[in-house]
Amino acid sequence: MKYALDFSWLWGSLGALALGAAVTLLLIACTTVFGLTISIVGAAARRGRYRWLRRLVGAYVEIIRNTPFLVQLFFIFFGLPSIGVRLDPMVAAILAMTLNMAAYTIEVVGAGLDAVPRGQREAATALGMRPRLAFLKVVLPQALAIIYPALTSQIIIMMLESAVVSQISVRELAQEADLLQARTFRSFETYLVVTFIYLALSAAVRRGMILFGRRVLGAAVQ
Amino acid sequence: MIEFTFWDILRNLLFATRWTVLLSAAAFAGGAAVGVAILFARISKAPWARRFGVGYIALFQGTPLLMQLFLMFFGLPMLGLRIEPWTAAVCGLTFYASAYLAEIWRAGVEALPRGQSEAASSLGLHRLQELRLVILPQAFRITRAPVVGFLVQLIKSTALASILGFEELLKTANAINNATFEPFTVYGLVAIIFFILCYPLTQYARMLEGRAAFR
Repeated sequence: MKYALDFSWLWGSLGALALGAAVTLLLIACTTVFGLTISIVGAAARRGRYRWLRRLVGAYVEIIRNTPFLVQLFFIFFGLPSIGVRLDPMVAAILAMTLNMAAYTIEVVGAGLDAVPRGQREAATALGMRPRLAFLKVVLPQALAIIYPALTSQIIIMMLESAVVSQISVRELAQEADLLQARTFRSFETYLVVTFIYLALSAAVRRGMILFGRRVLGAAVQ
Repeated sequence: MIEFTFWDILRNLLFATRWTVLLSAAAFAGGAAVGVAILFARISKAPWARRFGVGYIALFQGTPLLMQLFLMFFGLPMLGLRIEPWTAAVCGLTFYASAYLAEIWRAGVEALPRGQSEAASSLGLHRLQELRLVILPQAFRITRAPVVGFLVQLIKSTALASILGFEELLKTANAINNATFEPFTVYGLVAIIFFILCYPLTQYARMLEGRAAFR
């Protein structure tokens, strides 16, 4: 028997898919903000003066980088309640994604900070800026502009990886696909459509990041 | 009811680890074979082949691995193939790996000086000989560090095969967790096992990277 593709279910499901895509974008937006904050602090700590803190950040990076995201997610969502930390699926997903992404972006941000010439900080201090202000206003924006393309790639990789948070029943795009195919029995078509939605989302996020970067960090961003 | 001791849990997980290792090895071997084919397309002289290579890589790098696995799992039966989770996982991970490996090797090919390929053709080698004897050996050698780095990513990605129902490490852990209700121990151990698999490779990649920078 020849199998015929059937997309007739699609029109009735566009709303659910759009909602799922919106949740996926929300997840990655939260992850980006929290993850970037952690990685700026982490990268600074890794270059800081306390040895134990440098060690701690190093260990965190190695542990996260050498274990699968899905295992981290299950550990946080199923494992932590047994020591009394019970999290909502959405919160667990954002926490797992943030911790995962930060382990990668700590190195990226660190490389950016190293790439800013020392003279920039010295000039800022010579102008009478306090060290913290010099870091926030002079060094950090330049570092971010340098690493912007790498950061964008990392955000897109994380967004694609976030499809597995459907496994702890967060209603994002992949979970909507699971629910739809269970209802329509059109598994292949459903996942095909959703795969292309993810493809469109990653193209859109890349484009959006470039526009945002140009506005905030100036023309240096490509 | 059967009581699970800590050692029972650990033993079962270690037994399941061989499937994770086997799946990683199969996907890496398959990915390398398909990856070379994609690399040929990507660096071909024919524009349509290059466009195919670019599109293939963009497709697999721009969509979630989980969706790729689902498409294999539900798509292959439509072609009349009987499919088990193992087959779907190996096929899905193979295509996924091939896109990344082709892209890594392409970077290696492009990093070689133009003179290499010009010298090869001036010696009268035709394109295939040129690639096989001159270009690829060098490209493979300078990309060893990122390839090992990708192998780590691939090993971690095999955890997704548990969602298709393949009995590797994580799927076994889910089953044990359902029997013992000790998620903290079970998933903690799974994380440790994955760490033991991946960390030496990460260090090896770092060593290769250091050596490349030194040269």
